[in-house]
Amino acid sequence: MLEITTTRHNHMIDPILSVWGWEIPVYLFLGGMVAGMMLISGYFLFKGRYKETNCSCYYLPIMSLVLLSVGMFALFLDLEHKLYVWRLYTTFQVTSAMSWGSWILILVYPILLANMLMSPHKLIVEKVPIVKKWQEYLLSKPLLIKNLGVVTMFFGAGIGLYTGVLLSSLGARPLWSSAVLWLLFLISGLSGAAAFVHVIAKNVYERELLAKADNAFLIIELFIIALFIIGLKTATEVQAHAADLLLFGEFASSFWVFVIGIGIIIPLIIQLLAVNHKIHHTPIAPLLVIIGGLILRFIIVAAGQYSHWFALN
Amino acid sequence: MARYGMVIDTRKCVGCQDCVIACQAENNVPEGFCRDWITTESQGKFPTLQLEIRTERCNHCTDAPCVSCCPTGASHYHDVGGVVLVNHNECIGCKACISSCPYDARYIHPEGYVDKCTFCIHRVEKGQDPACVSVCPTHCMYFGDFDDPNSKVNKLLESRKHHSLIPEAGTKPNIYYLI
Ligand code: SF4
Ligand code: SF4
Repeated sequence: MLEITTTRHNHMIDPILSVWGWEIPVYLFLGGMVAGMMLISGYFLFKGRYKETNCSCYYLPIMSLVLLSVGMFALFLDLEHKLYVWRLYTTFQVTSAMSWGSWILILVYPILLANMLMSPHKLIVEKVPIVKKWQEYLLSKPLLIKNLGVVTMFFGAGIGLYTGVLLSSLGARPLWSSAVLWLLFLISGLSGAAAFVHVIAKNVYERELLAKADNAFLIIELFIIALFIIGLKTATEVQAHAADLLLFGEFASSFWVFVIGIGIIIPLIIQLLAVNHKIHHTPIAPLLVIIGGLILRFIIVAAGQYSHWFALN
Repeated sequence: MARYGMVIDTRKCVGCQDCVIACQAENNVPEGFCRDWITTESQGKFPTLQLEIRTERCNHCTDAPCVSCCPTGASHYHDVGGVVLVNHNECIGCKACISSCPYDARYIHPEGYVDKCTFCIHRVEKGQDPACVSVCPTHCMYFGDFDDPNSKVNKLLESRKHHSLIPEAGTKPNIYYLI
């Protein structure tokens, strides 16, 4: 028998750590989506698809900008000492994933703005005429556009990677102590973004391409989830316990039903039928993928805080 | 360089919570929160049960994840004794440090910054013991410098069996429990 009791009763720490509520999962989800969207639109720029007038690389940057800002606002809402937020930008802490993230996010803004120069809004051109000149300059330099595509993809991958590393660098939570968490978030971000673009794409070629890509991402995601679980189950005892939280424990029902079932398997089946022309493309599948991605972040953040080291001696 | 830490005799601790109250009074800890607490651990099979009562707090780890994850540098090692402190004016309350501590030793102060045990560094710098150590009626706590081979804390570790908490988490905690 082993019984441990404590007199500690700190708010949000005991009995179960719950310092991060809805804001962090939403931020991680939107960060992942933006990462995926930047990878897709950067790829289209690199491939020269911008020559098509309805290429999604024309509207993805503005959407990324909006989603990223909403995500950063959620992060801001999570801060307990909001007025001190500027402290993030008076220093760079090399060992802190969050410090890296804050700086990467700031660097992403000018990149997205440069992307938006490809097709600035009429109103902006009217108000700031020089934008037109910049646009003409950019469009006259195909190599520059290609490079912009590469930089966009690079920073997109950076955000995707960072959202996972942010959690796995906090070694005290066994569920997050996984070397593939960043990959899981990156691929889930990619599948969410592909699903999103699939719904809004005006170009038939892109819609078909992204439905196919999304299927591939979903299959890879299933494998990475399996790797994530196997990695934890074969590591230390506390990590194996953490994996059990998802497999059979407190978070199992939402994990199996929402993340695996509704978020991956069902949309995968629908989209496989659609790309094989057995049924029409439907926005339901991508919508399920997006919901699944959001719930994945919620579960990983909550179950991670729930998982802990045991003070056994 | 000094490395401050504590040695706590679990055979003397009776769990009276004087240390908890002393800390709350000394450090003006807000109501409902605590920087140190009592853990009671019983294990074994009746009738050979083993009971360990111990007073716990931040371990002022030598490899503190709460310091390395802090994006603003608010969590830092103090120049004196490597004590882990939080600079309230730099803390944005992102709570990364709370999630990174395997001992759950930190909490959010109602004023918005993250707070925890300071080893009463304001007293230590004046040559006094931390408040918890000085009030303990059974004298079960010893505060000292592990980098000094002749310190009382090192002598105690040489003379008695001891353990630290969750050493496998890799944070190199600086509080040891004599058993
Ligand atoms: S016990 Fe926790 S808060 Fe204290 S130094 Fe170690 S990791 Fe940081
Ligand atoms: S809550 Fe404060 S002390 Fe903790 S990591 Fe964030 S800024 Fe640093």
